[in-house]
Amino acid sequence: MLDAGIFTQSFMIHAWIGGTIVAILSAFIGFFVVIRGSSFAAHALPQAGFAGGAGAVLLNINPLCGLAAFAVGGALLIGYLGDKERNDVITALTLVATLGAGALFLGLTNKYATGAYALLFGQIVGVSSDQVVATAFIGIVCLLCLAFLYRPLLLASVSREIAEARGVPVRLLEICFLVVVGLATAIIVPVVGALLCFSLLIGPNATSVYLTSSPGKAMALSLLISLVTVWISIVLAYISGWPIGFFVSMTGALLYACARAVHYFRVKNIRLKAGIIQC
Amino acid sequence: MISPVKVKKGDAILSIENIRVQFNQRCVLNDVNVQVFPGEFIGLIGPNGAGKSTLFKVILGLLSPIQGSVRVLGRAAKSGDRLIGYVPQKLFLDPNIPLRARDLVALGLDGHRWGIPLPSKVRKKRVDEMLKAVDAYRFADSPVGQLSGGEQQRLLIAQALLTDPQLLLLDEPLSNLDIKSAYEVVNLVSRIGREKGIAVILVAHDMNPLLSVMDRVLYLAEGKAVMGRVEDVFRNDVLSGLYGYPVEVLHVNGRIMVVGGNNSGINGYPLECNCCKSEAAT
Ligand SMILES: Nc1ncnc2c1ncn2[C@@H]1O[C@H](COP(=O)(O)OP(=O)(O)O)[C@@H](O)[C@H]1O
Ligand SMILES: [Mg+2]
Repeated sequence: MLDAGIFTQSFMIHAWIGGTIVAILSAFIGFFVVIRGSSFAAHALPQAGFAGGAGAVLLNINPLCGLAAFAVGGALLIGYLGDKERNDVITALTLVATLGAGALFLGLTNKYATGAYALLFGQIVGVSSDQVVATAFIGIVCLLCLAFLYRPLLLASVSREIAEARGVPVRLLEICFLVVVGLATAIIVPVVGALLCFSLLIGPNATSVYLTSSPGKAMALSLLISLVTVWISIVLAYISGWPIGFFVSMTGALLYACARAVHYFRVKNIRLKAGIIQC
Repeated sequence: MISPVKVKKGDAILSIENIRVQFNQRCVLNDVNVQVFPGEFIGLIGPNGAGKSTLFKVILGLLSPIQGSVRVLGRAAKSGDRLIGYVPQKLFLDPNIPLRARDLVALGLDGHRWGIPLPSKVRKKRVDEMLKAVDAYRFADSPVGQLSGGEQQRLLIAQALLTDPQLLLLDEPLSNLDIKSAYEVVNLVSRIGREKGIAVILVAHDMNPLLSVMDRVLYLAEGKAVMGRVEDVFRNDVLSGLYGYPVEVLHVNGRIMVVGGNNSGINGYPLECNCCKSEAAT
């Protein structure tokens, strides 16, 4: 039930801090994932991270190390091997190869229920204070990298050719971006889970692009949506004891549906005013 | 900021000498020579796959010829040269991309710089001026993904002009435009080029919208190039020599069409222009 403990118990304080950092990071990473159309890579990298996390559970080391190693490794693989045409194939191969490894690690470990379940669906109660510090550190590093890459990445997303002509090292830039996504997933996965990490990366930005067309406003709106989604989910997960990933994806889908509806009626209104639709 | 480059009268702004470009043993450009002078408007015409876009890549320093030299204002071609403005052939924009017309144009000013853009009055003023110059100010705050082809083309031209280039490279800016928009874009580019003394090379399939504005034509076919005034290039003997088989230049109501000649096996088939299509549409 909802009681003061939701704000005072130490594991809940960790959950609030960890969840908030993850929400902020997802909003900004998601902006570029959506405008670059790299949703598939953003789907594959958390799964790669999951395999690494499962491997770490097996070897009894910090899951975060395994997560980061595999997600960043997957990002480098997709970045180096994938080019314009074969990108999807390479991403798919990375996805299945790491999922296969994840299945093996799970099969070999006997801690199946606790560690792996948390990695797949997220668990807010398990966040230790060390993990909160690591999450904050990685989150800040990712945000700084993203701020540094911002303009060339935006230019390359609009036109690779113009970016190249302007002397932007486009390929290196793309690899750096994927590595940042990989690093970010390493801290998002323990909170919302590998299977539903994607919904936090894509959801808020996919929603905000229906409400505004200014990049600054879109990012601000995504940040708001992302925070609200995570905060609501923490409360609901606390009350119900259900996995937080469930609430993150449901809230995300609901907000997306609302934005589509608003967009639909707005467009219809504009058309009505312009007299395009006659009633 | 940018050191102004002095251009002496008579100095070529672009000088390409005997270049040869190959992709996996296949020669795409062979012994091509081009000289472009300040303020000139050049139409770059040629069939699909003739190497027009490849020539632009070479000028931009993104592709090195295996032989010959490319100099832009006396300096070797190098990517990131702010003296060249470039509009690429295709732009795939998601209709919902969160980018307004003014954001796209602003990328021309500092999109290659690292870091986030800081709001500045000077930046906004330059973007606004450029939007007005290409007659795009009225849709400055519209989402780019929802603008028409002609409107997007204006924005791309505006972003290319923001570095104060001396040479503007436009790769097929007229494809996908209706005839009226095509003429508008051509007139806009030609006016800005004259006003600012910028040399323009515009790639087109159909040379007809360019006839009234272009100073010279650069015709590419079969890896070779001829350059000259319209009446000196669009001649049966010149183009047949270039293609290596007989082609015929037809003049229809002041429009020009190049078609396969008598013995070429592609008799009467237009070789590079889509003017038949556009004529059928009018
Ligand atoms: N990166 C590349 N690798 C191999 N072949 C290429 C490459 N770029 C262009 N080509 C080939 O070079 C030829 C000229 O291409 P392009 O310059 O794009 O022609 P155009 O722009 O005149 O239609 C085409 O046959 C094309 O297939
Ligand atoms: Mg081309």
